[in-house]
Amino acid sequence: MSDLLITGARLADGTTGDLGVREGVFVDPADLGGDAERLDAEGLLALPGLVDLHTHLREPGREDAETVATGTRAAARGGYTAVFAMANTDPVTDTAESAAYVAHLGRRDGDCEVVPVGAVSRGLAGEELAELGLMAEHAGVTVFSDDGRCVHDPLLMRRALTYLKPYDAVLAQHAQDPRLAGPGACCHESQIQGVLGLPGWPSVAESAIIARDVMLAEYCGARYHACHVSTAESVDVLRWAKKRGVQVTAEVTPHHLLLQTEEVAGYDTTYKVNPPLRTREHVDAVREALADGTIDAVATDHAPHAQQDKDHPFDVALPGMIGLEQSLAVVMEVMVNSGRMDWPTLVKRMSATPAEIGRLRHQGRPIAVGEPANLVLVDPDARAVVDAAASASKARNNPYGGRELPDPVVATVWAGRRTYQR
Amino acid sequence: MRHLLSTADLSSAEATAILDVAEEMHDVQSRPVKKLPTLRGKTIVNMFFEDSTRTRTSFEIAGKWMSADTINVSAKGSSVSKGESMRDTMLTLDAMGVDCFVIRHPSSGAPRQAAGWVTASVINAGDGQHEHPTQALLDAFTLRRHFRETADGEFAGKRLVIVGDLLHSRVVRSNVLLQRTLDAQVTLVAPPTLLPTDVETWGVRVTQDFDAALADADAVMMLRVQRERMSGGFFPTAREYAENYGLTAERLHRLRPTTAILHPGPMNRGVEISSEAADATASRVLDQVSAGVAVRMSVLYHLLGGGEGNR
Repeated sequence: MSDLLITGARLADGTTGDLGVREGVFVDPADLGGDAERLDAEGLLALPGLVDLHTHLREPGREDAETVATGTRAAARGGYTAVFAMANTDPVTDTAESAAYVAHLGRRDGDCEVVPVGAVSRGLAGEELAELGLMAEHAGVTVFSDDGRCVHDPLLMRRALTYLKPYDAVLAQHAQDPRLAGPGACCHESQIQGVLGLPGWPSVAESAIIARDVMLAEYCGARYHACHVSTAESVDVLRWAKKRGVQVTAEVTPHHLLLQTEEVAGYDTTYKVNPPLRTREHVDAVREALADGTIDAVATDHAPHAQQDKDHPFDVALPGMIGLEQSLAVVMEVMVNSGRMDWPTLVKRMSATPAEIGRLRHQGRPIAVGEPANLVLVDPDARAVVDAAASASKARNNPYGGRELPDPVVATVWAGRRTYQR
Repeated sequence: MRHLLSTADLSSAEATAILDVAEEMHDVQSRPVKKLPTLRGKTIVNMFFEDSTRTRTSFEIAGKWMSADTINVSAKGSSVSKGESMRDTMLTLDAMGVDCFVIRHPSSGAPRQAAGWVTASVINAGDGQHEHPTQALLDAFTLRRHFRETADGEFAGKRLVIVGDLLHSRVVRSNVLLQRTLDAQVTLVAPPTLLPTDVETWGVRVTQDFDAALADADAVMMLRVQRERMSGGFFPTAREYAENYGLTAERLHRLRPTTAILHPGPMNRGVEISSEAADATASRVLDQVSAGVAVRMSVLYHLLGGGEGNR
């Protein structure tokens, strides 16, 4: 790998200068040899590489929907240098061996770092603990989640939290009470849902679980993370829990920051996602919570699906939408361009904090001499209409297709290697 | 008009035109030879992804009396269980040159999705808990006839009371939309657990006081309460439901003589409607069934037979 000289980039703190990269680490540009490759970043913003706590790469099991290769290519195009690969693959990542295999796929095919997430329960069945300790000890797993399903049994939740505590690992919960929002629930319970006649997914099915969980996390003294927070009530619970000193963190997806329930009015299954798109008051609440830090991180919940799994009636089609490529664009649009958040805060929410939550110590680091060379070069003024067909992902369930959004990512460098350049 | 997916798509004039043509079609039903050449050469496929006897039969008869070739496809559970997407199922049949799909589906919105995929016309014959537009049209047809016999024949200012499991009912959504378009006043009566979300925004009155609602009703429509709702904990017992929300013999006797009784069927006698009410002279239940064929003939005519605005 040859040296890289990035010239004229502006950092999030406002300073401008050249950046040298050698063997995966930022170095003083003066120390680079004369044959260094050059990357002109005049007028561009250099941010630390983004870190996604919540990605579905579908491999192993559904390579027709996404692979580690295509998913991480989409990640690189979105400015990400690390993604946490959710455990709901086939087979489920519920052993050290399966976690090691996902990490291996990442090293072999990845255009960014791939960190396996381990299941909380064996086979995601919500009944017995998966081999949490072996995954942590032998495969370095730091995040455990049954995502796609809620760890509903309070006793299983208590035992998982207690068991994980000595590993300093975090339990990432998909908060959905399966009785209040059953398997058919697919539309935010609201006026629109009443008219459309779709099975309702009430906001309280999320907040009631998070409320229970933060009390369990406090009782057990363990680390808890709320996935894809989508409701105003959940935000209130999180705010309360943080004030009490509970070790709780939370994430919000780009789509819950931008899109509202109205999108499903034509029964377009592209907009079917779990938890569902919410109404204005909830969208406003999660935006405010991301700005004030009640929600710590943005996570994509990138959920690629084969088209045939979306070409069903709304209540039958698989839930989920992709998001790695447009995540930064959406957060810029909703949070930065609107004045809710500045660039240093965006860097915290999309890079530093998610890396810290996942205990990924070489990611989310500042751009400085001696630090790992992970960065994304951003053009803050470029805009474009999103072309869903032009995605690096295999999937086309892109809710942003046809929308005009910022088009920020010019180049991504992961561990000194250019993984994307426009 | 290319599709009939929701009664929200109908203007007052369009709905009235459908009812007017249905009157003519109704006359055909009493002829010894019930055959019109109107839709000769047209192919109608009844795609029933969910069991239905009366709606399917009614559409089939309507098509046949208008000389269309009607084919019934019982598609219940077929596509998903075979691994085929609904889109592929629809495109396959559409490629055969079908003129109209009549779709009954357990999933809300399925006919609207299908309409986006196929070149043929699509009629929503009941989708999940969403809509059932031809049922609302035949209810309106029945009500208009009743209002002609008992009053001025107009919908404006008439008071329609709809009672029952409104949460899971596609009939109520289509009826509210159509009756509001026709200027009638609608009152909805149901236990709070069986009301759709934010139903008070529908431009209707909502109450749990069935007796008060009945006092000045011009028509009362009783909706079926499915057995599984009783075990689903939506209300305590059938007995308690019948006492508060059933059209009992006592309530029947207190009705004004001009109040029409409707039920889209099938009836749960003894739960939402007593036998006395079901068989009372004020009951229009069988009129509704016979109106079903005429209204569906009229809808087919408007979608396929008019020449203008089709395809």
